[in-house]
Amino acid sequence: MSKLVKFFKSFLLLELLKGMSVTGRYFFARHITVEYPEEKTPQGFRFRGLHAQRRYANGEERCIACKLCEAVCPALAIKIEVAEREDGSRRTSLYDIDLTKCIFCGFCEESCPVDAIVETRVFEYHGENRGDLYYTKSMLLANGDKHEAQIARDRLADAQYR
Amino acid sequence: MMELLQTLEQTGLELLGPFWMPVWTVIKIFAIVLPVMGGVAYLTLAERKILGFMQLRPGPNRVGYWGLLQPLADGIKLLLKELIIPAEANKFLFVAAPVLALAPALAAWAVIPFGEGMVIADVNAGLLYLLAMTSLGVYGIIIAGWASNSKYAFLGALRSSAQIVSYELAMGFALVCVLLAAQSMNVGDIVRGQNNGYGLMGWYFIPLFPMFVVYFIAGVAETNRAPFDLAEDESAIVAGFHTEYSGMGFALFFLAEYANMILIAALTTVMFLGGWLSPVPFLPDSIVWMLAKMSFMLFLFLWFRATFPRYRYDQLMRLGWKVFIPLTLVWVVVVAAWMQTPYWLW
Amino acid sequence: MTVETIVFYLFAALTVFAGLRVITARNPMHAVLFLVLAFVASAGIWMLLEAEFLAITLVLVYVGAVMVLFLFVVMMLDINLVRLREGFWRWFPVGLLLAGLMVFQMIWVLGGMDGISGIEPVKHAADYSNTKELGRLIYTDYVYAFELAAVLLLIAMVAAIALTLRRRKDAKSQVVGRQIAVKRNDRVRIVSVPAEPKQPVVTE
Repeated sequence: MSKLVKFFKSFLLLELLKGMSVTGRYFFARHITVEYPEEKTPQGFRFRGLHAQRRYANGEERCIACKLCEAVCPALAIKIEVAEREDGSRRTSLYDIDLTKCIFCGFCEESCPVDAIVETRVFEYHGENRGDLYYTKSMLLANGDKHEAQIARDRLADAQYR
Repeated sequence: MMELLQTLEQTGLELLGPFWMPVWTVIKIFAIVLPVMGGVAYLTLAERKILGFMQLRPGPNRVGYWGLLQPLADGIKLLLKELIIPAEANKFLFVAAPVLALAPALAAWAVIPFGEGMVIADVNAGLLYLLAMTSLGVYGIIIAGWASNSKYAFLGALRSSAQIVSYELAMGFALVCVLLAAQSMNVGDIVRGQNNGYGLMGWYFIPLFPMFVVYFIAGVAETNRAPFDLAEDESAIVAGFHTEYSGMGFALFFLAEYANMILIAALTTVMFLGGWLSPVPFLPDSIVWMLAKMSFMLFLFLWFRATFPRYRYDQLMRLGWKVFIPLTLVWVVVVAAWMQTPYWLW
Repeated sequence: MTVETIVFYLFAALTVFAGLRVITARNPMHAVLFLVLAFVASAGIWMLLEAEFLAITLVLVYVGAVMVLFLFVVMMLDINLVRLREGFWRWFPVGLLLAGLMVFQMIWVLGGMDGISGIEPVKHAADYSNTKELGRLIYTDYVYAFELAAVLLLIAMVAAIALTLRRRKDAKSQVVGRQIAVKRNDRVRIVSVPAEPKQPVVTE
């Protein structure tokens, strides 16, 4: 008997109709796409986007050229050279990040003892020529200056979890 | 509308005399091919929109309002792309294959009536002609697969040819039931045979319901559409028979696939859903009904694609040979016997 | 010279050309495709004779099904042309003899009908159904011959299947019917596992 029921069930395509009723219902459901340029998904304060170098409030750059970020970078995207500045402090003479290598893991940010290298919320950037995504120290500092307010707010929000 | 056409034909006949016949035929061909091409273009948009809606996304909506210019943009893109012919491919056949795929899909429209008398060629063996034309489409695929000199294309061609030959049989037997019921192979007569004064109740999908289902499923298989799209099984054989095609070659295959879909929808409508006949007796018969029914069948094509996962190849063969062909054979006998009894009301 | 004559000669020339290319084409794939062309062209000739049923059936059966299977096989063959041509001249006399025999037979049969060239095909009205006439003939006058041919084909089919059907004992195969008959309960077993009492968190 159950075999007969099974036979007719498969012949009447009941299971197929069941499946089609599901897709049919979804056809009229509200779509959940976020239409990107007009709408954006919310970002967390730990968002890891484009890199930036920060400065202290008096305009002094934070980076002390400890090279921890260079050491921890799993993609070998960071290149640092150290030199002594006229006032005798230890500073980088070269701080490059190759964004085509970077995997945005955030280890550089974590390893930095002075919160100098950070990742901002900026993710809409592009390069049109080879080398456009090779960020030098001045570009990173400029980034930091531009987004300092947001960066500071994000560090503050994150601080309570540390 | 018909009077207008007749006056047009008369004036043309007076103007051009014996040369009017070929001119008039060419005009009629264009009157069918151009809307079919337009239909193909917008069917691609409809497919992407409907699949999108069923997956809770909006589908293409950037090019033009509601994405309405998307097919145009796609067409221009494909036109401008480079046609790459693989090394050691058979050049002539490689270029000829897309044409061979598209031509039968368009040629079959010659005998499909859109309304009373609205047909290019009202031939007696129309049904046979349709069967012959739909069976020719496989050549484009086989030749494309062989001429590409690529193993993926080749495997796609092999799969497709075996599949189409298998499902053609079931399709043919389903149509035998229709011509038994209609007692004519003229496609126009088949539609007229479904007019018994009770609208919907006279259509052949009621006495031949299993055949209606078999025919449409076999039609889905014949056009290589999901869930029977093993000829272009992208997870197994890249893109199947059109792996090596780019630009216009690919576009022609695309056109052929969608033109075939529209054709199968039209055929199902004509054979089982009463063509241009109105579903209720108090509304007039018109081409609008034909188009509405075709649209519904096309929607089913897309609905299937959104719902069902792809068949495994041996399951596909089993369905064709062990389920459809016995079922259709039995139903031929059932219909023939039924027609001898007084309970045959169609 | 009417239009029909021109069309006839066009199709006839196409048929002869395609037939010649079938036996001269070096690539077997091309040979098969030329055979398809020959079939289509001869279907055109039949169409001119108002034998639309035969013409379309030729396209449907031979072009649409038989030649597809031919292509299917030829595509998968790895044909070594050099080896194929090795014995050509040795067997040439035999082939020539066979061909001559066939030509002789054809002349003998066709020559027996007097005035075959003089017969004009009968013209029919537009509503004349070639299919109906053929069906009537087959199922009345020639019903025995027809049934005999059908039985012959059935025997050939059964024989072909019987000859190639080999059941290997060690072969493993899937039974699709049983696979799709599987229900959820056959594969999934829901086991209720009682939740363990929560351990107190040890604090230092």
